[in-house]
Amino acid sequence: MPALTDLILAGKGVDNHFPWSRAVVTSKRWSFAVEQLAEGHLSLLGLWGEPGTVHMALLDEAVGNIGVVSLLCPDGRYPSVGLLHPPALRLERAAADLFGLLPQGAPDTRRWLDHGYWGISFPLSAHVRTSVATAPPYQFLPAEGESLHQIPVGPVHAGIIEPGHFRFTASGETVVRLEERLGYTHKGIEGLMAGSDIDHAAKLAGRTSGDSTVAYSLAFSRAVEAALGIEVPARAVWLRALMAELERLANHLGDIGAICNDAAFALMHAHCGVLRERVLRASDAAFGHRLMRDRVVPGGVATYLNDEGTTAIWSLIAEIRQRFPALVELYDNTASLQDRTVATGRLKVELARQYRAGGYVGRASGRDFDARRSLAYPPYDALNFNVPLLQEGDVNARVWIRIHEVEQSLSLVEQILRQLPGGPIRVDLAQTGGPHEGMALVEGFRGDILAWLRIGKSGLIERCHLRDPSWFQWPLLEAAIEGNIVADFPLCNKSFNCSYSGHDL
Amino acid sequence: MRKLLFESLIRPPLTERPPRVSDAAVDELARALNGVAHRRLGRSLSIRAVDAGSCNGCELEMHALNNAFYDIERFGIRFVASPRHADVLLVTGPATRNMREALKRTYDATPNPKWVVALGDCAQNGGCFAGSYAVVRGVSEVLPVDLHIPGCPPPPIEILKGLLALLEGANSKAGVARN
Repeated sequence: MPALTDLILAGKGVDNHFPWSRAVVTSKRWSFAVEQLAEGHLSLLGLWGEPGTVHMALLDEAVGNIGVVSLLCPDGRYPSVGLLHPPALRLERAAADLFGLLPQGAPDTRRWLDHGYWGISFPLSAHVRTSVATAPPYQFLPAEGESLHQIPVGPVHAGIIEPGHFRFTASGETVVRLEERLGYTHKGIEGLMAGSDIDHAAKLAGRTSGDSTVAYSLAFSRAVEAALGIEVPARAVWLRALMAELERLANHLGDIGAICNDAAFALMHAHCGVLRERVLRASDAAFGHRLMRDRVVPGGVATYLNDEGTTAIWSLIAEIRQRFPALVELYDNTASLQDRTVATGRLKVELARQYRAGGYVGRASGRDFDARRSLAYPPYDALNFNVPLLQEGDVNARVWIRIHEVEQSLSLVEQILRQLPGGPIRVDLAQTGGPHEGMALVEGFRGDILAWLRIGKSGLIERCHLRDPSWFQWPLLEAAIEGNIVADFPLCNKSFNCSYSGHDL
Repeated sequence: MRKLLFESLIRPPLTERPPRVSDAAVDELARALNGVAHRRLGRSLSIRAVDAGSCNGCELEMHALNNAFYDIERFGIRFVASPRHADVLLVTGPATRNMREALKRTYDATPNPKWVVALGDCAQNGGCFAGSYAVVRGVSEVLPVDLHIPGCPPPPIEILKGLLALLEGANSKAGVARN
């Protein structure tokens, strides 16, 4: 029997957790799950806290099964996952900051989201402590060696990007170690969601990471619908996918240009920027908002899509199909550009697998996972598309994955427009009788987004956790940059394009 | 590449006509800039963008200002890499407590005369994040704000209108040098 099913069955099953199972397990079983993670039999989808409980979402990739194991820890202590499985380290540090949950044996117990400015400690725990708002100095990991020097960067960066701190240790031009410090954009979204009604929580979910607003709204909505057992009308399901693909197109087109711009090749940036703008304008015409914010809602979608909108999307697809191939050719045939992207920022296949890196970061390093295909949530079960895969793991490979994904998304948008069913676009949310839990895994442009939530008797959100794909990509950027020159960092960073806000939440 | 460049020569420009400056923004600025003129900026404005905890939506639309459709540099407005080169801090986000210190330091590093523009609904008053332990209620709790540009996120054309109003206001009324 597969390890995950085994694990869940061995625990005490939790009622009303959909669509996958959740079980409360013993400390021994928890440790067994950690061993399974460390040996690579299971993948870590997420780790989050609640007062007195720690949860871990697991994926059995061989059979595509998902499950949640929970460990009660009334004294706030639990066996560390990060001790044996490093991808969990930052998740544990975050849970420690927010809930005061202490992973026993964890090799890294520094604060992560809590920089010491909140005025309180453990804000989401049952016992919030007031603390003096002073920021203790942050100890970066040491790097020792002859004539090493440090370069601190951020949190305010030179470009128009989100805030985060990068601490480079360099030997001459070569990066010996990069350490990230994040948490600057922590807004307390999960704290705001607790106790709020579903509509307000949906708005917050859609503002977790601006570039993935559709994907986040979709993940949140699907989790709500799973919890309440709501069937979404067919037209809404297809319109959601249409928006998700438009969002993917906009981000990929913008980023392909931006990566080239970081190699000082502005021509690509200018042309890709035009195509991105076209996508945003078509989205605006079709759904009434350039980023399609708040258009995916629990129970369906908020916009019907009229003929005018459909025409706008058709002409958008025609325009991209006409212009994009020349840009791909330009990328492929510009030796000076290839000189910068090929073999730069190489992410090893083994690391991508260990951290189960999602999206183009994983797929450029041989990790063949796409929630749209692997979990085949509707309407993707009725659509034809390929998931591109490369092994090289360099900046160039990540660009090519995105190029292929643009092509796939164009085809998906066409298929969706051709098959779009009619009918209603939204159903009302039913009242619940008791606590209901739901979860969803949705493929955003950056990778898979996990949403887990519990709706209480009153119909309010009791606890909601959103896990951005960046949690498992940020640490890999540190590995990918090692041995590269400092000047290639922007290029590597943009090719990952991890989210700060989605991570910091 | 030659074909693409040649096509760019013969295709009509994508760049759109300048928008009318925002009336609401002009009104707000008239109130903000009622001091004595210290220095005329000419037709240029250097902007330093500071993300004080936004969701990144406002940044995406700021980026769009540089594309061929809006081409913000034709108005003499440009984004600069350092606060030392800036006239305006364009601040997004509800101002998280974790960013407050960095935001203040960025402001202190900006030479006078300087203006602060709060971009987006959450920069105005915290928006949907107001009330969280991790944020203050908008940029004005950290810095003196001269102009708000609302929206979630504001479309590029609205940002442009607001900035043009700032440029007009800075030239015709007065720039208040803040100490």
